[in-house]
This record gives sequence, C-alpha cells and structure tokens, in this order.
Amino acid sequence: MKKFKLILNTILILFISISKSYSLVEVDITRGNLNPLPIAVSPLFQDNYSNTFFEKELEIKDIGSEISKVIENNLKQSGLFNPLSKDAFLQKPDIAHLKPRFEDWTLIKSQALITGKVTAVDEKLKVEFRLWDVLAGREMLALAFTTVPSNWRRVGHIITDKVYQRLTGEKGYFDTRIIYVSEEGPKTQRIKKLAIMDQDGFNTKYLTLGNELVLTPRFNPTNQMVTYLSYFRNLPRVYLLDIETGIQEVVGDFPGMTFAPRFSPDGKKIIMSFAKDGNSDIYTMDIENRIVERITNHPSIDTSPSYSPDGKFITFNSDRSGYQQIYVMKSDGSNVKRISFGKGLYGTPVWSPRGDLIAFTKLHKGKFYIGVMRVDGKGERLLTENYYQEAPSWAPNGRVLIFYRETKSNDKGEGFTAKLWSIDLTGYNERMVNTETDASDPSWSSLLSN
Amino acid sequence: MNLSKILKNTFLVILLSMVVSACATKKTATIDSQIQGDVYTGTDTVEYLAKGVPDRVFFATNETILTTMSRDTLRKQAAWLRENPSVNVVLEGHADERGTREYNLALGERRANAAKDYLMTYGVSADRISVISYGKERPVDSGSNPLSWSKNRRSVTVKAN
Repeated sequence: MKKFKLILNTILILFISISKSYSLVEVDITRGNLNPLPIAVSPLFQDNYSNTFFEKELEIKDIGSEISKVIENNLKQSGLFNPLSKDAFLQKPDIAHLKPRFEDWTLIKSQALITGKVTAVDEKLKVEFRLWDVLAGREMLALAFTTVPSNWRRVGHIITDKVYQRLTGEKGYFDTRIIYVSEEGPKTQRIKKLAIMDQDGFNTKYLTLGNELVLTPRFNPTNQMVTYLSYFRNLPRVYLLDIETGIQEVVGDFPGMTFAPRFSPDGKKIIMSFAKDGNSDIYTMDIENRIVERITNHPSIDTSPSYSPDGKFITFNSDRSGYQQIYVMKSDGSNVKRISFGKGLYGTPVWSPRGDLIAFTKLHKGKFYIGVMRVDGKGERLLTENYYQEAPSWAPNGRVLIFYRETKSNDKGEGFTAKLWSIDLTGYNERMVNTETDASDPSWSSLLSN
Repeated sequence: MNLSKILKNTFLVILLSMVVSACATKKTATIDSQIQGDVYTGTDTVEYLAKGVPDRVFFATNETILTTMSRDTLRKQAAWLRENPSVNVVLEGHADERGTREYNLALGERRANAAKDYLMTYGVSADRISVISYGKERPVDSGSNPLSWSKNRRSVTVKAN
C-alpha cells in the first residue's frame, strides 16, 4: 500500500462582489445543448514579479495563461460552452480585467467573458477573476482566491464551478476527483490498481501497487475514505481505505466474499453484498460501532446496493424474478418492489444525488446501454448504446454520468481496451475521459470545496 | 458491357458466394462440436487433476445448472478426492465478460458452490473444499466471441495443498 497524502489545502475564497442585476446571459442545461454559449476566457494577467516567482516555484511559464486553459477546457468538456480562440482576442488581459471594451468582445461574437489576475502574495497564489456579460455590458461575478501555488489547477476548477453556477443556476462539478481502477496487461492476467485523479484527468495518483486484484472503489461523502473490493491474500473482501493516512482495514468479519460496497449518504455505514453457499444478500456495517445488519434475506443474488440521498431507501440488483432486475426497498429491507420492467437485463442501479432518478446498465440483444429511470421505474431513457459499457456514477450535481466502456477483442484476444466515458443526462455530449492507463469502475467525488 | 462479360461476372459472384458459404459452414461445425446448448464441451483449456480427471466444468450463459457432462466430471473428481484424502481443493468460479462486474462476482460464487454441493453429495467433506469467485476478472480465453465466452463460464477445481 503506497501511502498517499491527499492535498486538501484550504482555499480561501474572498467574495469581492456578486452583481445581482438581471442578466441576459444564461444557459439552459435541462436540454441537449446544440448551441453552446460562446465565451471568451482571457489569459489571466500577471505582473513580472509574480511571473518570475511562479515560474521558479512551479516550473511553469505563464501560470495565468495555464489557469485560463484549465477553465477553458472544463467549459468546453461540459458541452454547454464554446470557448473562443484566443487568437481573435483584441484586448490585452490586464486592461480587459479592469474594464473590458465590450464592443471588442461583441465583435468576436462572445456573449460572456472571463478575465483575471494572478499575483504572488507572501509566497501564496492569489487569483482574482471576473465574469462579464458582454451583451449587457456589465460584471456578473467577481471573486478572489488565495492558496498554495501547487493548487493552481484547483483554482481553475473552482473558477469554472463559479462561472457554471452563475450562468446555469446549478452547482458545478469541476472541483472534483474520480477514483477508478487502472488496468494494464493482457486480459487473462490483468493488473489492477486503485487510482485517483482530478475530474479532467490530471494529477493521477496510484493508491495500490497492483499486487492484488482490486475492484469497485467508491468515495465516502467527504472524499476522505474509499471503500472497495480487494483480493488481498486471495480473500475477496470489502476494505476501507483512509486516503490521507493510507491505513486500510477489512470491513466486518464475514466468513466469505463481501463485495459491491458503497457508503450510506451520511458516511456512517457501508452497504455491501455478502456471498455464502451460493447466495448473495445485502448487509450494512456501521463503521463506528461495527454492528452488522442483514438487509435482504432471499435465495437469489442480491447485489449492487445504492442508497437514496436521504438514506430512506435502497435500490439494488436482484435476479429473484429469474433474471437481473432493479428493485427498490426501504432502508430496513422492507417493502421490496421491482422497478425495471423493460426488455432485457438490468444491473448496477445508482441513485442520483438529486434523488429523482436511478441510473443503470442494461443488456438487451447483445448490446449494453447506460440509462436512467425515475425511482418508481417509469420514464426509462437510454442515453448510450455500445458493445460493452457499465457502472455509471453521478457527477455531484446529478447532470453528468461517468462509466466505463470496453472494446471487443479479436479471436486472438487483441484489441481490447477499457476506458472511462462521460455523458450528459440529456444523452448529448458523450466524451472519453483521459486516463494514463486503461481504466474501469469510476466513482465521482462530491465537490471538494463548497 | 457485353453479354458474355455479364455472364462471366455472374458466374464469378456465384462461385465466390459458394466459397464463402463453405467457409461459414465449416466454422459453424467446429463451434457446434465444442458448444452444446450454450455450454462448452471441448477440451481446449481443460487440465487434469489426475489421469482421466478433468479439473473444470462449464456453464450456460447466466446459468449455474450442472450439465450431465459436468456431473460426470465432478463424480470423477469426487472419486479421486476420496482416494486422496489428504488433498484439499479450491473451487474457482468464473463468469464471461458479457455481464456487469458485481453480478458476475455473485454468479461465479454460485457456480463454484453448485460444483461444491455436487462434490459433497458424492462424499467429499465440506471442510476439504473452499470456494472463491473471480467473476469475470480471470478469463482463460481472451477472445470476444461465443466460443471464448463459453470457455470462461467455468468452475475450476484446484489443489490447495
């Protein structure tokens, strides 16, 4: 176990001003957005002293420009914004940040503008930014952050979250991380490691060495702990890992395989399956007092449990009808109801953080789908079809899903890949998520800063 | 284009399609001889615990039922285990890649237990048998086709000591 210290330095957020005036610029994220909002992200301006300081400190030239690229990339990946080419910008970053000449930005068809300034203050990184409504010719938002210089990418993510929230009216999902399983080697002897990275694929860290098979990592609500399945000593068991200390422990004392773990929404319990004598049922364990509770008791396979955000219900996967289907029950195991009734098999149900939808994997006629349905099973919508894909995980705002997709091998077993993909709830904006290696079993963190 | 050329082309097309269908028939025949009712019946990947004692049994998609052939294999294993009382075994249950990971872990566990139950019926005591599921994590054949998948849906009896 490689010890890994998660850098969660507090970022000081200083509100300069938030203009509450009504604005023309807004983005509707409830539909597939075929006309992304044209936005200009001006490189953040920096004085000579700051430039030299950060170049020495971070070995990065022009940190202001790099932060603006982080923002630009985030906005582009969201599918809701169209960041304009910097080549077309007429106004210099420092002047634009003070007072944009709106006609210059209207000319290049920009509707919103982000400007900013980076300074070195007491060896810290201070970033100011402003969001401007170009058509109305006024400021919409102005904020400043101070943090350690190594946190510069996070500043870019936080700025994106603020801009996203101001323009869409919903919280963003950019200052987040993804925990996943990194995969290498041939299919028959795949080497798997736990890995964690920023939502945009940067800052990858490996949490295990690959000596034992690891699967299905999931964050706790504060993103400090991870629960996952490890084959340590060839005993497949659910583990709990403290990311900061690197300390890991087996969850519960079960005389058989435990798997499919997730945290309860308050982070106090782990819910998982326990398999014994050919039967898998759902159990919970209280992390603090270690009390184990049995939730289902049925001779079928019961697995992939996921709590509703209020903790009152659990959705899970069972083949009690003869085939894999999705069920919902009260969190004490009572009132079990089947909710999936479409054609095909259904698996990996996961409750939306907004509470209104359940995302799932569906297998029908040899194709795999990622879809969503309401919690009563109605309104099923399939978002994407492919040769193989499964295991959706929600972005904290409940607008985007991340999952993994595998390609078909030829008869020699060549051509196999596993990659992470994301798609909007609208079914639009499907994108591959960059990872250093092949990847599977992604789990999205909550927002790191609120 | 004159008539003879058209005829010639038509003939070529017919000839080609005959070749293609001949290949198709041949391929189906090989798969058919190795899969019966969705269960692998070949010997490609099979190893032996002892002479005449195959180490594994195969399953149909999403199924944990033991076929006649599987039961025959397990009876041979049971007889061999009764003759070798010092040997303990691990039953490794596996699934193919066409299912969700967590469900496949449960399915592999169920398959290995189906084999375990049968060995116990034929006189092997439970404390000599342990069970582990690998779900779809350890395929023996890395192809993505029905034959490869059928080889991977298996329970393998492995000597533990």
